[in-house]
Amino acid sequence: MDIPYTVTPRADTGVFNAKLGVWLFLASEVMLFGGLFSAYIFLRLGVDAWPGVLDGTAYARASDILNVPLATLNTMVLIASSVTMVMAWASLMMKRFDRYKLYMGLTILAGLVFLVIKYFEYSAKLGHGLTPSDSNFLAIYFTLTGLHGLHVIGGLIVNGYFWGPGSKMWKTNPAQFTNRIEIAGLYWHFVDLVWIFLFPTIYLI
Amino acid sequence: MSDAAHADIKKHVRVYITVFAALAVLTVVTVAVAYLHLSFVPALLVALLIASVKGGLVAAYFMHLVSEKRVIFWILIVTVIFFAAMFILFPAAHADQAGGM
Repeated sequence: MDIPYTVTPRADTGVFNAKLGVWLFLASEVMLFGGLFSAYIFLRLGVDAWPGVLDGTAYARASDILNVPLATLNTMVLIASSVTMVMAWASLMMKRFDRYKLYMGLTILAGLVFLVIKYFEYSAKLGHGLTPSDSNFLAIYFTLTGLHGLHVIGGLIVNGYFWGPGSKMWKTNPAQFTNRIEIAGLYWHFVDLVWIFLFPTIYLI
Repeated sequence: MSDAAHADIKKHVRVYITVFAALAVLTVVTVAVAYLHLSFVPALLVALLIASVKGGLVAAYFMHLVSEKRVIFWILIVTVIFFAAMFILFPAAHADQAGGM
């Protein structure tokens, strides 16, 4: 059975079906991250000091515990990956499959760099014996950045498929393949967008 | 693809590069503001303001919301309403408890 409206827009919605589906999925993602985000605000409203006491030391700022330079670098890496992702789609629109491979490859590379930096960040915390169970601050930090990290891994799997075996579709149905890259991009930009809000609110204030 | 559409995409690419530059500059501004050591509420407001501008740029240009169909906006409007309701619920519960004690 053929799935309808993979290329042509549906008359009543004006968009191809997968785009509507991904936007609905992203709406549910907003609620997922939004719930945790409001929990974070709630935790902060309930205490006098944040991050507060950890291992007998009182901390006045999150940046005294977290590594701001590494997180800033990661912000830049993720923003750059968003640009290469949209360039991958634009390359397909210009019928430049070679450029697509290059830009999608760079997007995947940037996603991997983000995870490697995150690994160093996490192992520094865990190496100092700082675990989610030690304080509300660490709990919400690990939960929010961890959930975001899982989203990066999910995006890498999808993008990796479209860079590798999934890219065969360019030969048989280039229009549908271009649409697939557009909506994979919507997800990837959303992951970038979440980080744009997480970075200042968790690391900087 | 026609030459006109091709030229159109090339115009898009220039926009993407400009947005990238703006996002990078705003990231530096975000970090710079943190060194002013503002107290919690002003710091939160400034951080959210800059993040909203950055998020807006990503959504408008990278996610193509500037030229999207009406149905997508309806989904987003409903999302914003539910999101706002959930967000208000927590501080409202907090204020309620604080007032009751």
